[in-house]
Amino acid sequence: MRKVLTGNQAVAYGVFLSRAEVISAYPITPQTTIMENLAELWADGVLEAKFLRVESEHSAMASIIGASMVGARTFTATSSQGLALMHEMLHWAAGARLPIVMVNVNRALGAPWNIWSDQTDSLSQRDTGWIQLYCENNQEVLDTIIQAYMIAETVSIPVMVVLDAFFLSHTSEVVEIPEGGEVEKFLPPYRPRYRLDVNDPHSFNLMVSPDYYQEFRYKIQMAMEEAKVVAEEVDGRFAKVFSRGYGLVEDYLCDEAELILVTTGTVTSTSRQVISQLRQKGQRVGLLKIKMFRPFPVQEVRAHLKGVQKVAVIDRNISFGCGGIFAQEIKAALCDQGERPQVFSFVTGLGGRDITPSVISEVIEYTRRNDRPEKEVIWVGMRG
Amino acid sequence: MREITKLIHKYLRHDKKFPHVWCPGCGNGIILGALIRAIDRLGFTKDEIVLVSGIGCSGRLPVYVDFNTLHTTHGRALAFATGIKLAKPELTVIVIMGDGDAMAIGGNHFIHAARRNVDLTAIIFNNSIYGMTGGQYSPTTPYGMRASTAPYMNIEHDFKISELAVTAGAVFVGRGTVYHARLLDSLIEKALLKKGFGIVEVITHCHVQYGRQNKLGSAVDMMKWQRDNAISVEKAEKLSPEEKRGKIIIGVLVDRELPVYQDEYERIKERAKVSTVRGR
Repeated sequence: MRKVLTGNQAVAYGVFLSRAEVISAYPITPQTTIMENLAELWADGVLEAKFLRVESEHSAMASIIGASMVGARTFTATSSQGLALMHEMLHWAAGARLPIVMVNVNRALGAPWNIWSDQTDSLSQRDTGWIQLYCENNQEVLDTIIQAYMIAETVSIPVMVVLDAFFLSHTSEVVEIPEGGEVEKFLPPYRPRYRLDVNDPHSFNLMVSPDYYQEFRYKIQMAMEEAKVVAEEVDGRFAKVFSRGYGLVEDYLCDEAELILVTTGTVTSTSRQVISQLRQKGQRVGLLKIKMFRPFPVQEVRAHLKGVQKVAVIDRNISFGCGGIFAQEIKAALCDQGERPQVFSFVTGLGGRDITPSVISEVIEYTRRNDRPEKEVIWVGMRG
Repeated sequence: MREITKLIHKYLRHDKKFPHVWCPGCGNGIILGALIRAIDRLGFTKDEIVLVSGIGCSGRLPVYVDFNTLHTTHGRALAFATGIKLAKPELTVIVIMGDGDAMAIGGNHFIHAARRNVDLTAIIFNNSIYGMTGGQYSPTTPYGMRASTAPYMNIEHDFKISELAVTAGAVFVGRGTVYHARLLDSLIEKALLKKGFGIVEVITHCHVQYGRQNKLGSAVDMMKWQRDNAISVEKAEKLSPEEKRGKIIIGVLVDRELPVYQDEYERIKERAKVSTVRGR
């Protein structure tokens, strides 16, 4: 069934089709309409879930941690300050190995206040032990949610599905909605290996001494490494059933490219257009979209950037005192490779500023013109 | 120039921050007017006043006024304000919050500010809904009413803000409505003069979200409802619990003396000094 859906409606359909059983959230722009859509599906009796509107994002995550521990399939959504408030609980969810799926609508953090798109909120949660998947369009949003449950429940690691504020959350696109029966076959009901069960009592998350704690962390790291393989498999299976796949990364017009632009989220769509125009003019440029941020797809990034002279990374985020976060990850992935491209790091589009085709062209032109970047971080699209 | 315009030009950032974000017919402007009139009548200079707000429609209020202003995070305005007051006790610190802001995400800060009796004045805009984010039910949405997250009805029971403040230890608790604007002026004035944690709960209407979803009519209809359902504290004392059901009791609910945090703090400092001198 094809429908015109906003990104947030696509989220609600994804959660509905995945048959989430407990949903809990607190309102925050630009996430709120996700919960409204889910509340409506629930109130109409279409979505058979328990729905809670709690008193803060911290409680939203805490309550679905509880629900997940007894074996329910759970969902929450948030954004920006709400995600920051959840921080403590994010570590807890991952440490407790709960397959929670959450959507974060990328929005800038205060101060000063800003409600528009910026990835620093989710990227700041880098070390919480969550898988992070970034989406380019509303179809990918819906499909990724279904895949996210499959991945999370296989490796027992929570998954954050991320979409850009307004550019996706509030923008309508045509979306193919999979048939419920097909999704049910693809994603069977959640059957946890361990759960809080009065008939089979266990203790969970107690104090562990230095003799044991490190092994708990090691197991999370192992599960994260497994998650890359599992995510590939899940995407492959999804593609077979629904004829749509995304990969951990996606290359676009990269054959014999001398320069590759690296993007995430909606900037990718605009970049596809710019790259294809430059290709028609005979420039050997390509595009690499990064979908998975955690675990970082190091091997895939290395394979795609091998033999390329220059790499230009666009970051709609900033790690103060360091630079663009994806650029840092890419540099780290390439640093011990023998022949490696020169990486250029560009920061732009913060707080919802448009990343237009001309900004992208400027990034590519700068990278073509210079052998090396003049600065560690190049800011593009600054006010006069 | 008309008197009202003079007052507006004196206190509002009228050439910078307007037009405002509030919907036509919103009660927030009436509360802002009452606040300005109270401050003006008490003769504060602009620099003596600090306005601290959280998030929501109420959170925009400090943006429009020419005092020392701080637009802080959701629910935490009281925590920010406590820091300001302790560092600069000579300033008059006023905290602006909404019902979702003060009762849900900031509920903990609210009861502890009251318990601690820090010298702050909190003005809580109670419109029974999260207005800015699109009409989700809040901790003050009454049972049975509708919201965008409760399309059939709200199954949770509401907090009574003023009664909670009384129980938690606030020294001054007043409740008014935006219909009773003159009463509001005097409640805010009294709260500002009171040393310790004082709150004024203002019943206001969100006809755009709460009103529309519950078919309560226009802003005027909702203000008429305030007029017809409010009874004074004095009148309420003579009524039975059955007669008071569903009524909004307005006026001064509590005005009492309890030790103020800053005074206690100074006292303990003195005591510590004496102990040090004695060599203990």
